[in-house]
Amino acid sequence: MLTRRIIACLDVRDGRVVKGIQFVDIIDAGDPAELAHRHAHLGADEIVLLDITATHEGRATLLDTVRRTAKSLFVPFTVGGGIRTADDAAAVFDAGADKVSINSAALARPELIGEIGASFGAQAVIVAIDARRDPTSPNPARDAHVYVHGGRRDTGRSVVEWAIEAESRGAGEILLTSMDSDGMRNGFDCELTAAVSESVRIPVIASGGAGTVAHFAEVFGRGKADAALAASIFHFGVSSARALKEELAQQGIPVRLPC
Amino acid sequence: MRITVIDYKAGNLTSVVKALRHLGAEVTVTDRPEPLAAAERIILPGVGHFAATKRLDETGLTPAIREAIASGIPFLGICVGMQWLYAGSTEAPDQPGLGVLPETIERFPDGHEKVPHVGWNQLHPVGNSRLLAGIGDGEFAYFTHSWRAPVTAATVATTDYIQPFAAAVEKGNVYGTQFHPEKSGETGLTILRNFLEVTPC
Repeated sequence: MLTRRIIACLDVRDGRVVKGIQFVDIIDAGDPAELAHRHAHLGADEIVLLDITATHEGRATLLDTVRRTAKSLFVPFTVGGGIRTADDAAAVFDAGADKVSINSAALARPELIGEIGASFGAQAVIVAIDARRDPTSPNPARDAHVYVHGGRRDTGRSVVEWAIEAESRGAGEILLTSMDSDGMRNGFDCELTAAVSESVRIPVIASGGAGTVAHFAEVFGRGKADAALAASIFHFGVSSARALKEELAQQGIPVRLPC
Repeated sequence: MRITVIDYKAGNLTSVVKALRHLGAEVTVTDRPEPLAAAERIILPGVGHFAATKRLDETGLTPAIREAIASGIPFLGICVGMQWLYAGSTEAPDQPGLGVLPETIERFPDGHEKVPHVGWNQLHPVGNSRLLAGIGDGEFAYFTHSWRAPVTAATVATTDYIQPFAAAVEKGNVYGTQFHPEKSGETGLTILRNFLEVTPC
């Protein structure tokens, strides 16, 4: 049976893993390569490394960090942040990434999705969407807007419509982050996740808000997520992916175990 | 253990090469047919579109691969590399495959489940397989694909998604995996190690 994936996310700044609380308070949590291996060893199904400051500071993705992290990692490995061209993506793949995650560059020039896919396959292109509910709408989750620049600027675009366009342009997966929930540990935005997941046929990775096992169970159930991403819940020893999956399995959610 | 990995510009070879080197193999990457004549074992990776295999024909790799297989050396196709072992694929109807296996690759049927099939799913080994030696029923591998091969006599492991399909095949010295062993943790490394250790026919 196809399992629901638990993805460990490493937000990286200046070559160190950090985790923001709604992208503001930053806490240093360690070496990316070391943490990636620890997560894989502790049962994470995938690793995502996001260079969180790359976009607005215009820094290139830290290829050296990617190379070191990828060296002996034998689960899927995604890298995002600062990838603006197909050449940027090629360099990240060359350093050992299996997938790239693109966000504002895809919004600015949606052709980028197809350009990377043409060389590396659609499965290698994740379109990341930072979303905030639209409180003025009668359906705030369904009408959520796409934000850019670390959640600071509203593009005015509909999240669901952008996800559909990304799929039609050849995205392999959608990484959907609820900016309202991110870092709060109060649970994923299940309504938003379900709205996107029901609108596309490619997998949707839910992100933002993980704090307890119940939150994961909810986003896989009500939220219809194919995968869920978490960062701080793992870094500070709250839980491991394995412990999390063992509890999810008891609730009847298919997960990769033993792992 | 020397192994030749074929580069036909269909995606990213880094992960496959990295996993093979981790297992102690001496890896040569080639995009030309000549080195295949002296190869001891060959891997054809590949992700993306079946049409990318056209390059194998254009660069003369296809006849070189055919000769290498005929000489009995172990050959492993991964993902699209496995699909290419068949007669062809509905993904690119004008592009023939190698035809070692006579069936045609088809897309998962539309329905309730999402296509592509992405993530960790279970292997169900059937029969005696050298490639899957030591792999137990229900072990997980990482998949990412929308087209798949039917279950036939050459199938050595099935996986269930919408309906059972061929997750791994074996015919003489020719092997294939629909999943990515280089991304399938310890299970995948065991399978790659098995391939590095099979003796030529």
